[in-house]
Amino acid sequence: MSEIYFTKEHEWVKVSGTSAVCGISDHAAHELGDITFVELPAVGKQVKQFEVLAAIESVKAASDIYAPVSGKVVKVNSELEDAPEKVNESAEEAAWMVELELADAGELAALMTKVQYDEYLKSL
Amino acid sequence: MSDATTALFATPLNIQHRALGALMAPFGGWDMPIQYEGIIAEHRWCREQAALFDICHMGEFQFKGDIVAAGLEDLFTFSITAIPVGRSKYGFLLNEQGGIIDDLIVFRMAEDEVMIVVNAATAPNDCKVIQSRLKGGQFTDITAATAKLDLQGPKSREVLVDLLGGWVAEIPYFKFVQQTVLGVPAIVSRTGYTGELGYEIFLPADKVGELWEKLLADERVKPAGLGARDVLRLEVGYSLYGSDIDEATTPLEADLAAFVKLDKQFVGKEALLKQQEQPLKRVKVAFKVTSRRTPRHGFGIFDGEKQIGEVTSGVFSPMLGCGIGLGYVEPGYAPLGTSLTIKQDRAAMEAEVCTVPFFTEGSVRG
Repeated sequence: MSEIYFTKEHEWVKVSGTSAVCGISDHAAHELGDITFVELPAVGKQVKQFEVLAAIESVKAASDIYAPVSGKVVKVNSELEDAPEKVNESAEEAAWMVELELADAGELAALMTKVQYDEYLKSL
Repeated sequence: MSDATTALFATPLNIQHRALGALMAPFGGWDMPIQYEGIIAEHRWCREQAALFDICHMGEFQFKGDIVAAGLEDLFTFSITAIPVGRSKYGFLLNEQGGIIDDLIVFRMAEDEVMIVVNAATAPNDCKVIQSRLKGGQFTDITAATAKLDLQGPKSREVLVDLLGGWVAEIPYFKFVQQTVLGVPAIVSRTGYTGELGYEIFLPADKVGELWEKLLADERVKPAGLGARDVLRLEVGYSLYGSDIDEATTPLEADLAAFVKLDKQFVGKEALLKQQEQPLKRVKVAFKVTSRRTPRHGFGIFDGEKQIGEVTSGVFSPMLGCGIGLGYVEPGYAPLGTSLTIKQDRAAMEAEVCTVPFFTEGSVRG
């Protein structure tokens, strides 16, 4: 059973044991418009919470994607490199971007639950 | 913000765009649709079917009188008297320094009548400049009364033939006809900026809503916004006024000398002749990025760590599957195949100088 959490910068992370799978929210994908490029980190890289994890470009803008939690990159969804439009189709499911090995479950307290994130979107 | 919004002009189709759920934004002082369904979907529709653009924001001027005696012949970088009636021509209005005040198209309506089509943001100033240089004739700004719809794409001809009549099929590339459309006088011109077969239609502003609805009722037609238009025009390598060319840029620097006739008189000619005597300090180039990254207006162009230029237009090209752009560099970096590095903040990409059009498979001459 995995739990999903969101950041204010519109990343999500699904945590299951020490596996933390990350991506960007449906809202973020919609706001970006047609996504044309995704840059993923190298497997093995260590990232800290809220530091740059990946980069994304759309027809409108380029943005950084920040790590929702600290950890080591164990897997990336390299399919997105050739088919970045998948992020528009399924941002919160098929178009996951990076799997991290969760370093500190305590960091999750700094994130929002699904309910909290939906409230946050309404406030924007 | 609210002040800027209230000061925007609206085209006669503003309500229609909003009803279609378009994302609206200011462009050249007008409240314009940027996208409806999505930029890439609209771009593809134009390349495969027929895309409909509201271009009512562009400026139109009418001149009636003796073209030579009134000095109109000496206003632009090309000869108007050399344009046969029923044809149009692209070129520039320059300042004394040879800088581009605007790029425009002149339609030769009759021996003694032309219509001048100019960019939206520059239209008020163009109007003043042209009037101040004319020595006679009747010059009228007909922007408000004139609507413009563009239908671009391989299916555009069959759509217009079905709606308006078989005469549309007889219009050759870069010619136009004056015809009655929906009971009112209109101009249908086989011109465009997408690299596809396409038409530009001018008609009275109070009839444009009806034509818009009738065209959209055809399942081969979908509306497209300025976002798709920017990708389409850049894929065929056309410069955008205000981004790629401006008053501080001459047609020689912009690699647009083909639209300048130096054997005729025009304001700015002396400056261009002088500029020709010396090597240019910067020149416009086209380039392809070696990845899917997008170069954007204002990004620096580098040779290693040394900045040698700046990007003026850039998009991701769905047809080429890579970033493409235009920019200005020192002339030593202009030869075809030259490697360039493009950087802004964390984004860095490699590119190579190439020819335009980037996309050459369009249906434009079909």
